[in-house]
Amino acid sequence: MDILEILLGASFWAATLRIACPLIFATLGELICERAGVLNLGIEGIMTAGAMSGWLWVYNGGDLVSAVLFAATVGAMLGLLHASFTVSLGLSQHVTGIGITLLASSLSYFIIKMLLPESTSPPKVIPFQNIDIPVLSSLPFLGEALFSHTPLTYTALVMVPLAMYVLYRTPWGLAVRIAGENPVALEAQGIDVIRVRTLAVMLGSALMAVGGASLTISAFDAFYFGMINGRGWICVALVIFASWRPGKALLGALLFAGLDAFQVRMQQQAGAYIPYQFFLMLPYVLSIVAMVIVARRAEYPKALLKPYRRGERL
Amino acid sequence: MEPPSASLDPLASAAGGDGSPILSINGISKHFGSLIANQDISLSLHTGEIVALLGENGAGKTTLMNILFGHYRADSGSIEAFGKPLDQHSPEEALERGIGMVHQHFTLADNLSVLDNIMLGTESLWKPFSRRHGARKRLKQIMDDAGLSVDIDSPIRNLSVGERQRVEILKALYRDVRILILDEPTAVLTPQEVDDLFILLRSMASRGLAIIIISHKLHEVLSISDRVVVLRGGRVVGNARTAEVDRNQLAEMIVGRAVERPSVVARPAGEQLLALKAITVRDRTTRRATLNRIDLQIRAHEIVGVAGVSGNGQAALASVLSGLCTPDEGEFILQGEVMKRPTPRMLTGKGLARIPEDRHSQGVISEMSLWENLLLDELGQQPVWRMGLVLDRNMARHQACQLIEEYDVRCHNEEQPVGLLSGGNMQKLILARNLARSPDVILANQPTRGLDEGAISTVHSLLIDARNRGAGILLITEDLDELLRLSDRVVVMHDGHMSESLPGAGLTARELGLRMSGAFDNSPT
Amino acid sequence: MRLELRESVPWWLSLSAPLMAIVLSLLLASMLIVWTGESILDAFRMMAIGAFGSTFGLTETLSRAIPLTFTGLAAAIAFRARFYNIGAEGQLYCGALAATLVGTGLLELNAIWMIPLLFIVGALAGGCALLLPWYLKTRLSVDEVVTTLLLNFVILLLVSYALEGPLRDPMSMGWPQAAPIIDSGILPALVPRTRLHAGIYFALAAAVILWLVLRFSVFGFSVKALGLNDNAARHAGIPAARTLFWVAMLSGAMAGAAGVSEVAGLKGYLTLDLSPGFGYTGIAVAMLANLHPLGVVVSATFLAGISVGADSMGRSLGVPSYIADIMVASAVLSVLIGLMLSRYRIRR
Repeated sequence: MDILEILLGASFWAATLRIACPLIFATLGELICERAGVLNLGIEGIMTAGAMSGWLWVYNGGDLVSAVLFAATVGAMLGLLHASFTVSLGLSQHVTGIGITLLASSLSYFIIKMLLPESTSPPKVIPFQNIDIPVLSSLPFLGEALFSHTPLTYTALVMVPLAMYVLYRTPWGLAVRIAGENPVALEAQGIDVIRVRTLAVMLGSALMAVGGASLTISAFDAFYFGMINGRGWICVALVIFASWRPGKALLGALLFAGLDAFQVRMQQQAGAYIPYQFFLMLPYVLSIVAMVIVARRAEYPKALLKPYRRGERL
Repeated sequence: MEPPSASLDPLASAAGGDGSPILSINGISKHFGSLIANQDISLSLHTGEIVALLGENGAGKTTLMNILFGHYRADSGSIEAFGKPLDQHSPEEALERGIGMVHQHFTLADNLSVLDNIMLGTESLWKPFSRRHGARKRLKQIMDDAGLSVDIDSPIRNLSVGERQRVEILKALYRDVRILILDEPTAVLTPQEVDDLFILLRSMASRGLAIIIISHKLHEVLSISDRVVVLRGGRVVGNARTAEVDRNQLAEMIVGRAVERPSVVARPAGEQLLALKAITVRDRTTRRATLNRIDLQIRAHEIVGVAGVSGNGQAALASVLSGLCTPDEGEFILQGEVMKRPTPRMLTGKGLARIPEDRHSQGVISEMSLWENLLLDELGQQPVWRMGLVLDRNMARHQACQLIEEYDVRCHNEEQPVGLLSGGNMQKLILARNLARSPDVILANQPTRGLDEGAISTVHSLLIDARNRGAGILLITEDLDELLRLSDRVVVMHDGHMSESLPGAGLTARELGLRMSGAFDNSPT
Repeated sequence: MRLELRESVPWWLSLSAPLMAIVLSLLLASMLIVWTGESILDAFRMMAIGAFGSTFGLTETLSRAIPLTFTGLAAAIAFRARFYNIGAEGQLYCGALAATLVGTGLLELNAIWMIPLLFIVGALAGGCALLLPWYLKTRLSVDEVVTTLLLNFVILLLVSYALEGPLRDPMSMGWPQAAPIIDSGILPALVPRTRLHAGIYFALAAAVILWLVLRFSVFGFSVKALGLNDNAARHAGIPAARTLFWVAMLSGAMAGAAGVSEVAGLKGYLTLDLSPGFGYTGIAVAMLANLHPLGVVVSATFLAGISVGADSMGRSLGVPSYIADIMVASAVLSVLIGLMLSRYRIRR
């Protein structure tokens, strides 16, 4: 009956949305990159950089909204770096991604250490506050669960239909999808593949960075070392689980966040019998399981991982 | 022989009616490394005219058209369309100026709908919305006008090859092109589909479209074009009105010398070497049968040709026979032994050799040296092993040198990476690797695709020699000419089914064409 | 832009890639040092002295090069076959865990038997940690990058559980650490009063053996073929799944051995901070060495020197030691460009 109790609590659902917020941003970001044919394993580092830069902006007196934009810019710049390696030069997407992850996270730590050499406990900032949506937030249960969140969480939820619209209903989205399926088709229709892919990677990376920033200026109020803690890799798995569809990506992110919220609550109840490490393992293990379930049927973007060089073997 | 300059050619101005060409290509040259792809090529085109660009593989036709369309940039020379020079060197510019191209390998995204594929690039990328409704109406109108019909909302992967080509043509028409380039448009079609295509091209030309059709097939060119331009070795070697041209002269112009493709001399087949019995293979995701209860046997001293439009199960057949895919049902018998879970190496050991469809991606490893590539499928065999484990590199090099000489692979030395070889030499290398073992069964999948005449006749004589020595050969090819010339027996594949075998002698391309579109009686039991 | 294969790559050209990478990462580091307000020359001098300038520095560098050589080899063999094992960190802990299980009193043998035994069980454990990713990749075509990455976290949590639960040393006064390896299992120190231990012999031997295997054996040839073009290799009959199995086992074994040498050589007991990311740095080591096993030894020493040097610089100057990681990362990225330039010619 404990389980039922957890699932019926409004705080569980609220926590699910809160935890899902960074995952939604980052999964959509990775999804856009992969839809354009570029696997972005820089995600973990880009999220770290986003978390650091967003937090730093606020810490230095910037306001929260411009902090998000700043984090997005930092993410886009890292995306540009990734794209110039993997798209312009056609180098290994795997190695580049790992390299960017190493670079972005060590740079973030370096900057924090430089600016705050003495601090032992990370300084806090005032994060985004919950906004109660009028009327709706006073609904019983639903009010607390769905309508009392930070602006970033609402934004994350709005990003999903927005991403769907952009990918499926705009000329640029069409170009992105074809860049991931058959880039030669783009070239043959007079569209610069390199430009489309680069922009997609930059946009996707910006979203990843915002996902990271949502941790430091929305969900928490400080930057900790190692705070991304594999969230980026989970998002890569989520994209596969979502079969590269934004709607399913939302579903996947909510599922995982729900599981995370659930395991925290279970820990408090069952912690005595089951060591907490096994609860912490769940998201990683389930990411693998989710990939196994869909991998056989996965419809990969056909040109994923394949560099495109103009005029080569046409 | 000096190439006649197009601008001085009286025929050129006569063909167009109003005199001034809408497109003129002047003195284009293009080099790739040491290879001369185009050398001082000039060409002109008039409204409503169909010009055939004729030449064997590697003559520079596709390079020239890729320069015209902006994929490549010429080293020298200029192009003028509708009185203004093309100077951006991008497909975007070419399309803007009314030049469209249907590439030999279709440039479509399989998982997207026809409408999506056609709309790509027709709207500014930065528009926040896409006018799909208007586009749909306009596309219907264009299809009605041109007498074409395709299901607009179907994803490309559900279309046949002929339909895909129509989508490619629609893509160009949708963008109001006035000059249409078609690169080897007939290569993948059945003879009947070719007829339909030509009727369509004729009617489009009569409404003012200028068409350049690239081909290496003489008879097709003669039936469709107003004018032919012949390329050889990157130069224009002939330019004439089709009605006034002598066929034999043209044939010699294309090749430059008299090359005769060898053909088989009939002889009785020997004992059975390989048999497939009711083989079924299903697609892993859709569970649709890509091979549906196939029966086939190959005997000694015979070449069995497999005809069919590509995508009708040939790929699955090839991967079953090479051991890359275990059939879901049925029996695969090689040399009298049932192969339960065959692997490529196991089949190699039992005397099967394979020439894969795509030289670059399946046949060789471009970054590896010649000798290493020659070694690839011999790894399971004795001579290159020392103490059971260690590779005898000197022995392998020595063997490689012998093979390179025997099969006349033109290269600097055995250490150079294979990726630098020409297509013909690469194929000779693959043949050397396979034929050196004197295999009993040879699976030849598109063995001459993209090769020039010289290389084609080498490949053909090697295959015929192997057959005469007693090997059984399965020849999968899209080139009906090649198929009819080499095959002792022919089977036809359509939608995963295989026809009964027909004797190769006396068979015509038209008869085959009918069967290729599915008209054979093979009710699955 | 078109890339064209070079007919042959002269030796100086193949050296140019890592050199370029080093120069670029030094450049980036100098920019950061300028930002910190220290003098570039001072900073690099401090780094060099810290890493190579004294017996202590040198032995520190060498002892850090040991695990990096192992994880570098792990990445080198896997990446050669395009089996992207990013899970060396987890496999390292598996090796360490196995060594702890066997080496803390389960068996008591002479050092001559005990030490090799520890390496063998550690290597086995590391290899086993790759069984699942191998199976998922070859049978169900699940991308190995993500599975190996995620397994790192799973394994680390498993180790954390073991250290707080069944394996916790009762004498540790509540710290999450395991009982020490018994004396006969400890790798002897090579230089008195330093941390350099006999693990270095194992690392060097592993590099040489791996080089011999990859260069001369049929297996090595298959790995090369599979890595360059798996499609063609399969068509030619090279058994992909089986070859990849041995690649995975060897790669995991190397990473596992890194864990053993850290537990039995450097620390003496297993803790959760056994590795400061050796598994990830191993990728940089391998890339910088152009995936060449003997080159791995050199690049591991170099990168170890950078991190030891950066640590000592961080203590004396106001430059955070994270600069070492930044240099490692920028070396990985720039070596990619260098390798492309040395293998291909660029044509317009």
